[in-house]
Amino acid sequence: MTKKGIVALSALISTLSLSLPGLANVERFETNMTESITDVGKEIYDIHMLVFWICVAAGILVFLFMLYTIIKYRKSNGHKPATFHENTAVEITWTVIPLIILLGMAWPASKTLIKIYDTSEADMDILITGYQWKWRYEYLTNDENDNVSFFSVLSTPQDEIHNIDPKNNNYLLEVDKPLVLPVNKKVRFLITANDVIHAWWVPALAVKKDAIPGFVNETWATPKETGIYRGQCAELCGKDHGFMPIVVDIRSEEDFNAWLKEEQAKAAEIKALTSKVFSMKELYDEGEKVYQKACLACHGANGEGGIGKAIAKSAIAMGDINTHMDVIVNGVPGTAMQAFGSQLTDVELAAVTTFQRNAFGNNMNETVQPIDIYNLKQGQ
Amino acid sequence: MAGPDKGFSRWLLATNHKDIGILYLWFSFAMFLLGGSFAMVIRAELFQPGLQLVDPNFFNQMTTMHGLVMVFGAIMPAFVGLANYMIPIMIGAPDMALPRMNNLSFWILPFAFAILASSLFMEGGAPNFGWTFYAPLSTTYAPPSVTFFIFGVHLMGISSIMGAINIVATIFNLRAPGMTLMKMPLFVWTWLITAFLLIAVMPVLAGAVTMMLMDIHFGTSFFSAAGGGDPVLFQHIFWFFGHPEVYIIILPAFGVVSEIIPTFSRKPLFGYASMVYATAAIAFLSFIVWAHHMFTVGMPLVGELYFMWATMLIAVPTAAKVFNWITTMFKGALTFETPMLFCIAFVFLFTLGGLTGLMLAIAPADMQYHDSYFVVAHFHYTMVAGAIFSISASVYYWLPKWTGRMYNETMGKVHFWIAFIGFNLTFFPQHFLGLAGMPRRIPDYSIQFADFNMISSIGAFTYGLAQLIFLFNIIRTIYFGEKTTEEQTWESARGLEWTLPSPLPFHTFERPPAIK
Amino acid sequence: MDGDNNSKGNNNIVLKLSITALLMFGFGFALVPLYDVFCEVTGINGKTDNERYQGKAFEKDITRQIKVQFIARNNDAMPWFFNPIEKTLTVNPGESILTYFHAKNPTLDRMVAQAIPSVSPGRAANYFHKTACFCFEQQPLDGLDSIKMPLIFVVDPDLPKDIKTITLAYTLYDITDKAAVEVKITKLSQSSINDSYLTRRD
Repeated sequence: MTKKGIVALSALISTLSLSLPGLANVERFETNMTESITDVGKEIYDIHMLVFWICVAAGILVFLFMLYTIIKYRKSNGHKPATFHENTAVEITWTVIPLIILLGMAWPASKTLIKIYDTSEADMDILITGYQWKWRYEYLTNDENDNVSFFSVLSTPQDEIHNIDPKNNNYLLEVDKPLVLPVNKKVRFLITANDVIHAWWVPALAVKKDAIPGFVNETWATPKETGIYRGQCAELCGKDHGFMPIVVDIRSEEDFNAWLKEEQAKAAEIKALTSKVFSMKELYDEGEKVYQKACLACHGANGEGGIGKAIAKSAIAMGDINTHMDVIVNGVPGTAMQAFGSQLTDVELAAVTTFQRNAFGNNMNETVQPIDIYNLKQGQ
Repeated sequence: MAGPDKGFSRWLLATNHKDIGILYLWFSFAMFLLGGSFAMVIRAELFQPGLQLVDPNFFNQMTTMHGLVMVFGAIMPAFVGLANYMIPIMIGAPDMALPRMNNLSFWILPFAFAILASSLFMEGGAPNFGWTFYAPLSTTYAPPSVTFFIFGVHLMGISSIMGAINIVATIFNLRAPGMTLMKMPLFVWTWLITAFLLIAVMPVLAGAVTMMLMDIHFGTSFFSAAGGGDPVLFQHIFWFFGHPEVYIIILPAFGVVSEIIPTFSRKPLFGYASMVYATAAIAFLSFIVWAHHMFTVGMPLVGELYFMWATMLIAVPTAAKVFNWITTMFKGALTFETPMLFCIAFVFLFTLGGLTGLMLAIAPADMQYHDSYFVVAHFHYTMVAGAIFSISASVYYWLPKWTGRMYNETMGKVHFWIAFIGFNLTFFPQHFLGLAGMPRRIPDYSIQFADFNMISSIGAFTYGLAQLIFLFNIIRTIYFGEKTTEEQTWESARGLEWTLPSPLPFHTFERPPAIK
Repeated sequence: MDGDNNSKGNNNIVLKLSITALLMFGFGFALVPLYDVFCEVTGINGKTDNERYQGKAFEKDITRQIKVQFIARNNDAMPWFFNPIEKTLTVNPGESILTYFHAKNPTLDRMVAQAIPSVSPGRAANYFHKTACFCFEQQPLDGLDSIKMPLIFVVDPDLPKDIKTITLAYTLYDITDKAAVEVKITKLSQSSINDSYLTRRD
């Protein structure tokens, strides 16, 4: 391509892509692997660079030889072809030399690999479960009452995805609730999946591990720096594979402990809330939020349906209230409708049921209280 | 012997290896354009961040269909077509060993792909689980069309196996007297080894899809943990097929390049014997490295170490091949007609793809590269710049021999340069995207990936355009090309095909030629 | 062109290659048991064999303690409540331990469940022996019923020294549709527990 062509093309690209608002603020034209914040990750990065430079060197040698041949031995230069067609010594040489170079790469790579498999005692365990299409994090502790677990769902507004609103800097890499971890602690990740295979990938932690339904994989990381780090699901898992990001918020130990306390308190509070009676407005507003993160992907922004059935004017949302609750809490076996009973709190379940019964023109004008859900779960 | 039948029955009832070769080649071109149009949809959606043209589910159908159609519909049939057309001539045989089976193995294909393509219009859409169709996404969570997909894969598999059996029988039984194995052109050698690979692994793929079918419809649990199965087992079986499969795609390309480079270097191929041994070594290694596609599934350490080391070994015979090709050019008298341009680009770009392949073999690093755009870039450097470039080269190389007409050299060169630039523009930036953290198979991406994706899309449209030039040039050649009757189209081409008149008569070597 | 010799030769090759293809089709299926053997040997996936351990009894190793962590979770549309009664136990290798999991069917219908165990790290899978486990059998449960399900296990004293924590995760699957029409009620009777190594403790 001519120089002029390159200039014109880059001008075109800059114009087209600069029309995206916010792009000026992100790292553009990033060409290399993310540098890790863990020691093992740094080693992986070094291996990557080592192998990369060996490949560059090998490539340059081969291509220089090729270029020299192409320029020198042209028929148009009047060169007469030689007739040789084998040379055992040369052929053996270029078999042995790559072998030696390979050994030079295999040695450090194997050492790093062994470190990745270090199973020594971890400071904390986190159970990561991949769902279509969100992540669930559970902090495994000994005490049932201290248990903190939550779903982490894409928080990028639909309007940004559909090009109605300008895209923010963390477009598609933001979640409602990040995984919070303490710095300088060895964290063991137990990774599994609820439905299909997912893969939990955070480049800065140098962790990518498949989440396989029915099996638990383990890996670990010791983050050495605080900050917010982002990643994505790396294994095709269906429609919204591109929309289930991972955000890890690494905090100082004190901040982390404070956060954990707060979360534990919140969990207790939610338990208490179950017995409270809420107003229609409270339930509707909360339900709308829950709908957006739990239902919208399948049932559509206006309850029009999609992968799931329509909710607007549906027989379930406008029919028997207990059946409606049962569908949401227990799912519909054999269909894409999941059982949300264990995914959402009783308050959230009550709110979203209320919302569905009153939104989208359903106007049933009735509320479902958390205690109703609790009773349903208890089978009363 | 009689000449060809008239009209449609010539093709429907074709038993002549050249006619069947033509059928295969046109079929694969049609599939290439179909799979290419899927790629255009993908790149159009990825032109900018945000969802613009298609919904995510349809996007997944496009990536799946693109992969399936290109691998099974475009590249493999194109090489089978070349094999049908050229192998009997190259070994001095009158035809393929089993002409009627040859007819059947071709005519299965249009039905297989009609079934596959029709799934796009079915309720629930086409297969959307990627061309690697990992369970349980492709079983419990698959659209209903998966059953048609399985049927289609079975048909393709039967077609490939019959084709491979035919090729082995032809090479073993119909060589002209004096055509010893070590005198065979390298294209014949690579195809012989490819045929054995096909016979060995296509049935394994058939087994995998049969197990899927049973899991979906007959209540078995091969791939479901609920009944004692394991989703990872699917990946092992798939890649036991899948890794040899990528060599099935690339070995005939090696053969083509080993034919064309000596011609335009006016010098015999360097290291013929070592080329044969390297091909055999690559084929053997392909059976024992499959799990390098699965470094993140949670294999035990020993497994990871073994598959890393074994995979790295493949670099040795592959490097030997690259050195052989360049040394063939070394001290030759090079000219740069379109086939040669494609072959030089092949050596250059395939080496790049090989080097990134070596990077991917390093298990600890692969855990970061895996399922990112780095992998997408890597395998397109081997599949497109490897297989497709070599197919383009062979069409230009043999078209005058097939048709008795010369293609337009200028248009050929324009095709090459646009394809070369378009290809690199498309796939080189994808290395960067992958390293920077963009996963593959996503319909939308975060904005720091915007620039390279836009470049990539522009490159893809350019590459797509180049193929229309290719098509036009072929059609123009067939009807209006300058007539050429000389036996030696190229100054110093070797091989039996260049002892025959152009265009090739309908029947050739009814009496075996004398082999020096 | 089809001389007699040729067509005989062709038939011979076609026959041999077709048989090869059929054998390879069979080999695809043979990979299933081969893989299970492979898993058992190497502990891929932490896949443990889902059968009662019937090997030798062990001496209790009092020199070290292993933390055993229990995880109970549901697959996809499974609505049951399912949790371990004790989330972690500290045990000596060689010691037989009885613990319970709790399950409740909150729906109104009778359902059948199957629990699938997975051990991590995968290398520990071969050293974690279950002598009685609710996961050996399908578990039917009437609507609104609940059940306490026993697990008896022993950690092999040969467990590699660097492993200090073993995680046993159960995933509960709804197999109501797949289970046989007439489901055998398989309550783990007291006798089967007595039958185990538990009685030999002390």
